[in-house]
Amino acid sequence: MIGYVLRRLVALVLTLLAAALVIFLVLEVLPGDPAAVTLGLNASPEALNALHAEMGLDKPASLRFLLWLRGLATGDLGLSYTYRVPVAQLIAERMAVTLPLAVLAILLAILIGMPLGVLAASRRGKITDAGVMAFAQAGLAIPNFWFGLLLVLVFAVGLGWLPANGFPGWQAGIGMALKSLAMPALALALPQAAIIARVTRSAMLDTLQEDFVRTARAKGLSEGVTMRRHALRNALIPVVTILGLQFSVLIAGAIIIENVFALPGLGRLVFQAIAQHDLIVVKGLVMLFAGLAILINFAVELLYGLIDPRLRQA
Amino acid sequence: MMTTRRELLAGVGLAAVATQMPAVAFAQTKDSVTIGMTLEPPTLDPTSGAAQAIREVTLQNIFEGLVKMDRTGRVQPCLAESWELAPDTITYRFKLRQDVKFHDDTPFTAEQVKFSFERAVAPDSTNAQRQLFTPIAEITTPDPATVVIKLKQPTASFLYGLTWGDAVIVAPASAANNKTNPVGTGPFKFARWNRGDRLELARFDGYWGEKPSLAKATFRFMSDPQAQVTALQAGDVDANTNLSAPEAVAQLKADPKLTVTIGRTEGETVLATNNAKPPFDNLKVRQAIAHALDRKTIALGVYGFDVQLIGSHFSPLHPAYIDLTGTYPYDPEKAKALLKEAGFPNGFNCTLKLPPPSYARRAGEIVAELLAQVGIKASIEPLEFPQWLERVFRNKDYDLSIIAHTEPLDIDIYARDDYYFQYRNPAFKALIAKISGTLDEGERNELYKQAQRMLAQDAVNGFLFILPKITVAKANLEGMWTDWPLPVTPLAELRWR
Repeated sequence: MIGYVLRRLVALVLTLLAAALVIFLVLEVLPGDPAAVTLGLNASPEALNALHAEMGLDKPASLRFLLWLRGLATGDLGLSYTYRVPVAQLIAERMAVTLPLAVLAILLAILIGMPLGVLAASRRGKITDAGVMAFAQAGLAIPNFWFGLLLVLVFAVGLGWLPANGFPGWQAGIGMALKSLAMPALALALPQAAIIARVTRSAMLDTLQEDFVRTARAKGLSEGVTMRRHALRNALIPVVTILGLQFSVLIAGAIIIENVFALPGLGRLVFQAIAQHDLIVVKGLVMLFAGLAILINFAVELLYGLIDPRLRQA
Repeated sequence: MMTTRRELLAGVGLAAVATQMPAVAFAQTKDSVTIGMTLEPPTLDPTSGAAQAIREVTLQNIFEGLVKMDRTGRVQPCLAESWELAPDTITYRFKLRQDVKFHDDTPFTAEQVKFSFERAVAPDSTNAQRQLFTPIAEITTPDPATVVIKLKQPTASFLYGLTWGDAVIVAPASAANNKTNPVGTGPFKFARWNRGDRLELARFDGYWGEKPSLAKATFRFMSDPQAQVTALQAGDVDANTNLSAPEAVAQLKADPKLTVTIGRTEGETVLATNNAKPPFDNLKVRQAIAHALDRKTIALGVYGFDVQLIGSHFSPLHPAYIDLTGTYPYDPEKAKALLKEAGFPNGFNCTLKLPPPSYARRAGEIVAELLAQVGIKASIEPLEFPQWLERVFRNKDYDLSIIAHTEPLDIDIYARDDYYFQYRNPAFKALIAKISGTLDEGERNELYKQAQRMLAQDAVNGFLFILPKITVAKANLEGMWTDWPLPVTPLAELRWR
């Protein structure tokens, strides 16, 4: 078991190293000079040279790669070319928006999607089922940024209940912060809820055919208990798999939603950093996303174990 | 004492009135403002970066220069009370205000002026407009309230340049930290910056000038055009300095709570042309392009309303501006004839490299179509800004491009060696040198007119339009600048009515 974990760990480190090399090389060959972006059209060659030195761009690429790797190992991601503050600090600030947004969205998606899926499965072929499926179709078909705009028009412009966009920061109070995150989280959650509803429904339908469900019913358990304790629990595996996959999709979807709602999250940071050629931030972020994807996969595997005791022994 | 039911009710009524009173009073004396902007400043130091957003939030708010530009484009006293130019025409003597303090209580003296300007030309300086300071030969400070600046040669635009963000006065102790914690002499001081979302400034109580009406100001950054519109409609922001959703102008104009003004900037938008690369080195080809460009259609297609059209590289905000849009009027037949004369009876193929701003991308589509109508097949190549800077601006690897040149009074870029237009005209260079040495304003303006004509006649670039400034503000907010002779938003000039 320990040998297996160690082998996995070595593979993980090698994967990260390979990712680091690829990311560095790809960004290296991209044309463009961060100093020129900062100093604009009237920049003198002297000023450009001075800024190159300040940014550390006067060193050879191989040395910069090694310095970057050393920084990665120690958590020092360097200084942003445009903002001139530590990249790690920037990412931490933005994480405080994107992570709660994504968690909120996934919770909303589960809260909306799973009950709908169970409901549809239990009323298979009836009007309720058709209604849920229609909702799922619509939820998938509607682009989330458009849905977001619609929410803004109703709740911010029309009713004036919520701020149209922006994020006052957590220091403004949890209530204020949550108010700002409500609409973007809902916009992000809608397509996820639709996916979860569909997956839950079909997984439930599969398990409802199983012998143990018939046995449960036969031994006189109520329909609710049968559904909850036997059918739903066994239907959860595909749902959790999808959730794990969707979490990465959520982070990607956040790029668009964060722009629509002018939220200072990671997605917006990626967008800005690429547009301004702040490559050191892009490098740090792409590494972070790669790391996150690996972590989420790991978390999903752990959840399998929790749901299905048979997998714990394996 | 017994309280009757009626008295009790009256008391409740009074309490209700009392709780409403402060709310009413508050609405009348609102002393804060929230202003929407498209781009976030990368740092807060206008002396080490070219980004316009830095100037927009800091210049005349946090930082001040010896002189400042007013909303009509005139140079006004600021930290310098007055100045005089010696008869030798190269020695400026500035008399400084003596009641000025920096936000950290450091007194303002002549030494800081000397420090700021010498810092801007130092070998390790990252000032984006170093050329403003290179004419300086020597700076002396005979007493704390006097600065004497001696130039190498007469430089007409010297004072004008001192109004720019690159020439603000900073203090030696705080200068290095201005990027994240700016300390200036302006009417507002830095309060907090939530990167990616908002920047908060607070009134500086030790300010030397008139006390601003607002106690607090917040700049909010929204790159998404639709987000800017909804924030205005929902009342989340009180104003937007330059809306990037021209398609929403009609809708916002119809809202009685808002006022919308279309102003002008110093942003000459041009179809940049590689004058050194065949066939664009042929004047007839460039004239043909000029005749093919229907500016009115292009501007209308980009904005949906009329904006200022130009026929040369000069802003109508300057008194020397002349209308040269008639030099080569829209005439596709003439364009075809000129192409035939130039040896291209069937036109030719070329590329049109477009940077990201939406005005460039939208104008590009229309320009390509107009060029196609006279036989020039321009294939559009969209580029990210860093790539545009590298390939088009630095390496001159382009045929045509569209970009707005937003620096004020920048006609001299056509006289620069190796500039990306590759317009190499000794006569124009001589003219610009003469302008720089001509201190009489009337005479200088005549020379500026000559320069405009020369560029128009040589059809160096396709001259299209001036970037508009779309200002939206709540109807009871006064003092927003309509035009942008310099991209600033002085908060001290804002007040609620």
